[in-house]
Amino acid sequence: MTNKPFLEVKNLNVAFPTEDGLVKASSDISFSVARGETLAVVGESGSGKSVTSLAVMGLHNRKSAQISGQAFLNLESGPVDVISAEDEVVRKLRGKAMSMIFQDPMSALHPYYSIGNQLIEAWSLYNEGSKEDGRKRAIEMLDLVGIPAADKRVDEYPHQFSGGMRQRVMIAMALINNPSLLIADEPTTALDVTVQSQILQLIRDMQKEFNMALILITHDLGVVAEVADRVNVMYAGKIVESGTADDIYYRPDHPYAIGLLNSIPRVDQLEDKRLVAIPGQPPSLIHLPQGCSFRARCEFADRVPGNLCATTTPTLDQKGDGHFSRCHLPESELIKARVEIGGRK
Amino acid sequence: MTQPLLKLEGLKKHFPTTTGGAFSKTKGTVKAVDGIDLEIHAGQTIGLVGESGCGKTTAGRTILKLYEPTEGKIIFEGEDLAPLSPKKMKPYRSQMQMIFQDPFASLNPRQTVGSLISAPFQIQGITPEGGIIEEVQRLMKRVGLNPEHINRYPHEFSGGQRQRIGVARAIALKPKLIVADEPVSALDVSIQAQVVNLLEDLQDEFNMAYIFVAHDLSVVQHISDRVIVMYLGKVMEEADKHDLFSHPRHPYTKALLSAVPVPDPKIGRARERIILQGDLPSPVNPPAGCVFNTRCWKAQDRCRTEVPQLMQIGVNHRIACHFPEA
Ligand SMILES: Nc1ncnc2c1ncn2[C@@H]1O[C@H](COP(=O)(O)OP(=O)(O)OP(=O)(O)O)[C@@H](O)[C@H]1O
Ligand SMILES: Nc1ncnc2c1ncn2[C@@H]1O[C@H](COP(=O)(O)OP(=O)(O)OP(=O)(O)O)[C@@H](O)[C@H]1O
Ligand code: SF4
Ligand code: SF4
Ligand SMILES: [Mg+2]
Ligand SMILES: [Mg+2]
Repeated sequence: MTNKPFLEVKNLNVAFPTEDGLVKASSDISFSVARGETLAVVGESGSGKSVTSLAVMGLHNRKSAQISGQAFLNLESGPVDVISAEDEVVRKLRGKAMSMIFQDPMSALHPYYSIGNQLIEAWSLYNEGSKEDGRKRAIEMLDLVGIPAADKRVDEYPHQFSGGMRQRVMIAMALINNPSLLIADEPTTALDVTVQSQILQLIRDMQKEFNMALILITHDLGVVAEVADRVNVMYAGKIVESGTADDIYYRPDHPYAIGLLNSIPRVDQLEDKRLVAIPGQPPSLIHLPQGCSFRARCEFADRVPGNLCATTTPTLDQKGDGHFSRCHLPESELIKARVEIGGRK
Repeated sequence: MTQPLLKLEGLKKHFPTTTGGAFSKTKGTVKAVDGIDLEIHAGQTIGLVGESGCGKTTAGRTILKLYEPTEGKIIFEGEDLAPLSPKKMKPYRSQMQMIFQDPFASLNPRQTVGSLISAPFQIQGITPEGGIIEEVQRLMKRVGLNPEHINRYPHEFSGGQRQRIGVARAIALKPKLIVADEPVSALDVSIQAQVVNLLEDLQDEFNMAYIFVAHDLSVVQHISDRVIVMYLGKVMEEADKHDLFSHPRHPYTKALLSAVPVPDPKIGRARERIILQGDLPSPVNPPAGCVFNTRCWKAQDRCRTEVPQLMQIGVNHRIACHFPEA
């Protein structure tokens, strides 16, 4: 499965100048994802998940966002860096080479145009055919994503669809031009759990069907465990840990990831244990502390020699094959940390 | 067993509505809550779960008489509150409080934390021992807020802190019952555990009863003693937490539980999943017979005509289904 990556992000930084100061929304982001592979991105609200994806999609306003670094799409015609490419070039990649679906389908669908017309419009950006051809393709896609009676419902409007069906329409629209990369930003957060499992199944089926590279952004660690090949854990604008799903769930290396996994109740575990909460809250992205951004909430900082956590920003270092973590904690202390946090339940 | 703190008998809340969009203007009713019975004791937590629109919020608000019940009894310490006028309700208000989902929307942005938390004292005309300011600071400390921040405004606090403000206000009058409507749903995962732990600690300290409304089954499983599963205004299943989660008997509960993702790759991926077809039907026009029949894989003719009644199926375990799971 791990062939040459389709997307390679290298040292990506996105910052927003505001009245209060510079918001460092994503910093020093590097990762890659291959076709057929699912990369999940988890992290708290405001940790930079969406900002990073929007940069890859070329959707930030270049006047209000300061962007540096690179994000290569390895197209058949050769690699293109969407960060440095002209707007015109990126616009032509969007919807075709790469596509994105958003959390709130209502904000991405136009209320006054029929579902069909919106799909046809997306299709005609890259296809020459007649409106009839587009309509045929629209119905085909609606059918594929499981909208019953697609040939009738194609003429309906977004408000006539339920939340789950709107999300299906969004998926149909994102996939209508066979993209190689799909970024799904919290695609099921607004949905009920029984509908969520339908949509996740659909996204997985579509990924197989189109052999896509899939980036799934979510805060739900359950969803991640079930669909991800690889996981990036983000905190305060940075990737703090990256590895296979098994690495992250069974051998987490970063105190934030360890804490997060231990703080969630599980529907399949019925013991009445107290939850292990991570104290405090994330720092302001404008006034990031010196050293490690997680330090104020980290109970292991004092086990790192030389006050390093307070003075030096940790780098994302390799801890195992394909497993990276951004933490100064020595291996021996780390093993203790895992046991302590886990055992305290 | 002692007398329950609160007992609901056939509680219903229906809303009048117009149906059918722009073309037909038939008056109808949404049976948002269509018959809940429950008993809750001091120190106990009952979880109310179900998908969007099943009536959880309406149930919570009707129990507190923030909505007038359409039918049924709300027996609080032996007295039926359902028929009471707002004036007669007043003494009960201090004993029953609510915590809301959205800490942003539920706090007036122009009021300081101090005045927000002291509002219940003002409304009830009570001066706590030691004075209001001292009591507010004590409450702030108790819920994990810095008492020096008493003059700050809600926007100066994070989501988790705002929820702590909501909690402080709810416990100010030492209520016996708190209805918490999705109190952690808007919070980050790492903050949810903080608030859940706080609620549990406060319950131990004050022996309050909680009705905990949420759609997140993992959190409900963690915090509840008993759980009620609702679907389109109806109770589908009701049981002690352990029975419900380890051995659900209603097809809907079974599907719902199977759909919850488990944060463990090996276990999560191996779990058998019941994927329900279709979406929730409109509550304005619910299916005849069993309301779940349009999505139930076990549905028979009988399910489409005959409403299943809630019946005992085990010790303290009730379900509404003609063909229960083994
Ligand atoms: N245009 C902008 N101007 C200023 N700040 C911004 C802008 N867009 C995003 N931010 C800030 O950047 C940070 C990262 O935001 P982002 O949307 O990536 O978070 P996220 O991880 O997707 O969170 P969530 O889980 O809430 O969606 C946040 O603090 C946000 O307020
Ligand atoms: N004030 C009202 N007037 C009319 N209908 C209402 C009113 N409040 C709720 N409803 C309807 O009653 C039903 C139950 O709504 P309720 O808000 O109780 O559901 P819920 O289970 O809390 O859902 P959610 O998980 O989305 O919060 C819905 O169909 C809703 O549209
Ligand atoms: S670098 Fe230090 S403060 Fe940061 S996570 Fe590691 S131990 Fe904790
Ligand atoms: S009564 Fe019938 S339709 Fe309803 S849950 Fe039971 S088997 Fe399914
Ligand atoms: Mg986001
Ligand atoms: Mg609700």
